[in-house]
Amino acid sequence: MAAPDSAVAVDYAQAMRMDPVLPGDWLLVAPLLITLLGGALCLMARKNTQSQPKIAIIFLVLLVLACGGLLARVLDKGVITLVAGGWLPPFGIAFTVDALGATLAFTSSIVALAAAVYGISDVDHSGRRYGFYPFLLLLLTGVCGAFLTGDIFNLYVWFEVLLISSFGLLILGNERAQLDGAVKYAILNIIATTLFLIATGLLYGIVGTLNMADIAIKVRAVEADGPLMTVAVLYFMAFAMKAAAFPVNFWLPASYHTPRIVIAAVFAGLLTKVGVYALLRIFGIILPDARLALDDLIAVVAIATMLTGVLGALAQTDVRRLLGYLVISGIGSMLAGLAIGTTPALSGAIFYAVHSILVMTALYMAAGMMRALGGSYSLRELGGLYRASPAFAGVFLMLGFAVAGLPPFSGFWPKVILVDAALVGGHGWIAAAILLTGLLTTIAVGRVWIYAFWRGGPEGTADGQMTALAAPAPGTVGANVWLPLGLLLGLVVLIGLQPEFMMQISGRGGAGLSDATGYLRSVFGDTVQ
Amino acid sequence: MEAALAILIGLFFAISIYLLMSRQIVRVLLGIAILSNAVNLLIFASGRLLRGVPPVIPEAYQVPQETIANPLPQALILTAIVISFSLFAFLLVLAFRAYQELGTDDTNEMRVAEPTGETAPPQGY
Repeated sequence: MAAPDSAVAVDYAQAMRMDPVLPGDWLLVAPLLITLLGGALCLMARKNTQSQPKIAIIFLVLLVLACGGLLARVLDKGVITLVAGGWLPPFGIAFTVDALGATLAFTSSIVALAAAVYGISDVDHSGRRYGFYPFLLLLLTGVCGAFLTGDIFNLYVWFEVLLISSFGLLILGNERAQLDGAVKYAILNIIATTLFLIATGLLYGIVGTLNMADIAIKVRAVEADGPLMTVAVLYFMAFAMKAAAFPVNFWLPASYHTPRIVIAAVFAGLLTKVGVYALLRIFGIILPDARLALDDLIAVVAIATMLTGVLGALAQTDVRRLLGYLVISGIGSMLAGLAIGTTPALSGAIFYAVHSILVMTALYMAAGMMRALGGSYSLRELGGLYRASPAFAGVFLMLGFAVAGLPPFSGFWPKVILVDAALVGGHGWIAAAILLTGLLTTIAVGRVWIYAFWRGGPEGTADGQMTALAAPAPGTVGANVWLPLGLLLGLVVLIGLQPEFMMQISGRGGAGLSDATGYLRSVFGDTVQ
Repeated sequence: MEAALAILIGLFFAISIYLLMSRQIVRVLLGIAILSNAVNLLIFASGRLLRGVPPVIPEAYQVPQETIANPLPQALILTAIVISFSLFAFLLVLAFRAYQELGTDDTNEMRVAEPTGETAPPQGY
């Protein structure tokens, strides 16, 4: 059927990207393809539980390489955009990655690889049979997708992908406490993503587009108060729940200590940081005016999160629950960077997020090792671990110093940046809260170290009576536990001693959030002001 | 039409929030189901509401000749329905398993993961 002559001639060049995609730009979707393919293969190898870890580790190594390549390319060329079918936004769905997204995706892939290696010994036959490795890879699909997408509805979809994978991981093992924790985790997280969807629907009603860069341009023409503030508050509420910020954080200590320790380690490292990432993205690029209006609220939430987190940690006997509260406390530091809002402060928040991903995962893995060596997670029943393994005692102390922000470990530099930015920006209370949190965190981890490692035996035994101890026989810990822990500890020490590289990439990320021009130009070409 | 739909959405939100605040898991689940429907209607209303104008461009043309319905919200709702359906199905099974294991659907009595009356951690050394 011939096209009628009356057809209007349409110039597709305005709506489509005609020049071919550069080969290196395909790296942008490679993380999603790798994790989906790996997850599918692991699912096919469901009955062959011996081969699942091998498949997962191969694909996660590929993921680390792809995310590393992507980060190098972003640092080299600036923000990269890939649109579906070559249709330019607002027609095509965009994947846009800047230094912030690439850095977090790279860190997440490293943590996932460490978890897959750790899982060789931590996840038994039934855990693999019920899908630990497929869920882990699909969780990474959701996490990487959230970091790389440039479309706000797609962000919602990736959130749901990682949510449903995390449900599967959380109840792996089917114990009573897991079911109890999972009910609270699932309901509150579903409500949070629904709030996110409500805000997205309202935002679409206001600006009529879903592409993040397009929204960022179009909201400039809309009055900053009224409906837009409603949307901003809904977004803040939704992502604060995801990130476990005070006062919507109580699902985290209720659920994070129930699953297998390697799953708790992945959750502690990745999931809350996706919420923080979304907050940085929404309030950094899409709704910068709303951030200015809300910065006092964000500051109060940040300070409350830091302090309630660490005070909760001080009140815990169970090491895993104590670490859960330290995760919350770290979220407060990242929100503090968002509340201050200057370029250095946003860089500090990004640096802190990377540090927190590495160190919280490593600490949960260390808790698993404490259980393997001492037979318990309770501070009352642990003791004398220094004698069982002096090297591990040193490892735990280093990780504890890192999470408390003591030099020369990775937590020191982001705290320096944040305190400096707070003082420069006239937010003395935030600086004081960060320093006080550091002190209290030192006490909390120092107490764990004294009770679990330094004293001779569990509660009730006198010092030096280690030989008369009726504790369970210390287990042995294999290379597949030491290897991921050593990798993460190595990165923590490396970042602490050589922070220049991390300073550089987090600085690029912070600058990209403060000045969205590069992000917008990557999507719409050089015509954007 | 918009006003009627807005009132309906508001009603849905009110009912769902009332149910979400309940202590019974079953009521909370009903609240979540109504909440996701409220959101779907909200997205639908955030496009424009038109009657009898399908989002179809006549074959002879490359751009629409008259006002057409906005197909994007419907695509979004379709995605949201599929996702919320699957998550809701998971939640139902989870709630049933929790009821089997814990013997209660009252969230105040679900204290396995966070037992009440926990003693403080060891104080002295």
